[in-house]
Amino acid sequence: MQQCKTLELLVGLFVASGIVALFFLAMHVSNLNPLTEDEGYTVYARFENSGGLKVKSPVSIAGVRIGRVTDIRFDTQTYESVVEMRIDKQYNTLPDDTSASILTAGLLGEQYVGLNAGGSEDYLEDGSVIEYTQSAIVLEKLIGQFLYQNKSDKK
Amino acid sequence: MIQLTRQLGRFTLQSLAKLGRGSLFLGHTLSGLTDILLRPGLLIRQLYFVGVLTFLIIVISGLFVGMVLGLQGYYTLSDFGAEESLGVMVAASLVRELGPVVAALLFAGRAGSALTAEIGLMKATEQLSGMEMMAVDPVKRIIAPRFFAGFISLPILAALFSAVGILGGEMVGVGLLGVDEGSFWSQMQANLDFYDDIMNGVIKSIVFGFVTSWIALFEGYDAIPTSEGVSRATTRTVVNSAFAVLGLDFLLTAMMFGDD
Repeated sequence: MQQCKTLELLVGLFVASGIVALFFLAMHVSNLNPLTEDEGYTVYARFENSGGLKVKSPVSIAGVRIGRVTDIRFDTQTYESVVEMRIDKQYNTLPDDTSASILTAGLLGEQYVGLNAGGSEDYLEDGSVIEYTQSAIVLEKLIGQFLYQNKSDKK
Repeated sequence: MIQLTRQLGRFTLQSLAKLGRGSLFLGHTLSGLTDILLRPGLLIRQLYFVGVLTFLIIVISGLFVGMVLGLQGYYTLSDFGAEESLGVMVAASLVRELGPVVAALLFAGRAGSALTAEIGLMKATEQLSGMEMMAVDPVKRIIAPRFFAGFISLPILAALFSAVGILGGEMVGVGLLGVDEGSFWSQMQANLDFYDDIMNGVIKSIVFGFVTSWIALFEGYDAIPTSEGVSRATTRTVVNSAFAVLGLDFLLTAMMFGDD
């Protein structure tokens, strides 16, 4: 009987360690964070070109991540891309004339949405649209412009 | 030429017959689930032999695999000045691939071969036919608890392997090589998704647990009941499990990570 008890105990420990490992993977390794992920509000921004922005790209203001991109769509009426962002609810005092631009972390890094706070008295709410936007910088276009400019300067 | 064709044909027929026997055997084993629910003691005993005794080799290998990943990843990534991505590299490779696959290979070597030898010897010493004489179904009584023990153990072992490996990678990367601890973890968290990465790894390990236990038990049950037959069956278990795990891993990876 004694031996049977230790056996059960060891198996219990084994299963528990597996659950702990999975819990560790879920909480520490992945971005599963059920407490903060769902609470927040959604804002939209229209960009002429959203570049390499992806769903789940970070949304940050002054270098602090305050939300994530949740959806990117193409608007067939205006031929623009509509980026849907979920902002954490603790940052609910962003002015409604905040501007959004698509920036790149480092030269080759990931693209993210950078917000710049405006000066308005009213705040962005769930479903508001950010009016002032700046598209992603496409490196090829920039290089093309630069080359063109250089040629015309020489003439 | 005729001889060759004849051999090829015989080989094909034998393989097909074996596959058929294996499938019937699997069905029979699965039908033993009700017996296990009535006698959980049998399952717990096998969980001890199959799972708990494999625990140590999994934890130690996981630790070393993680440490090696940390070292190798660091040297390659530091060439590009991207040491901060070490966490992502270690965690993604462990959770998606190495955890399930290496744990399954170790499991086949440590527990699968033992199962085959045990069942094969039971057959060779006519314990299985003895049970049948006593109107006890050996598949339900002997095989099914072992099968479900393997099926339950491997996902647990794979999760442990990944978790310990990530800690090993952190030990080397952060402790020895001086990668920033904050960016190690935050980059990992930012880039790994719970459902896309971790759950897919768990699904892989469930599939591997199913297949390796099945192969190990069937090879033992189907072994020629001599000492040579049992030794051959044990070898086949390890070889076939390795093939099955690696082949299925490719298929599952293509299915899971194919569309993005």
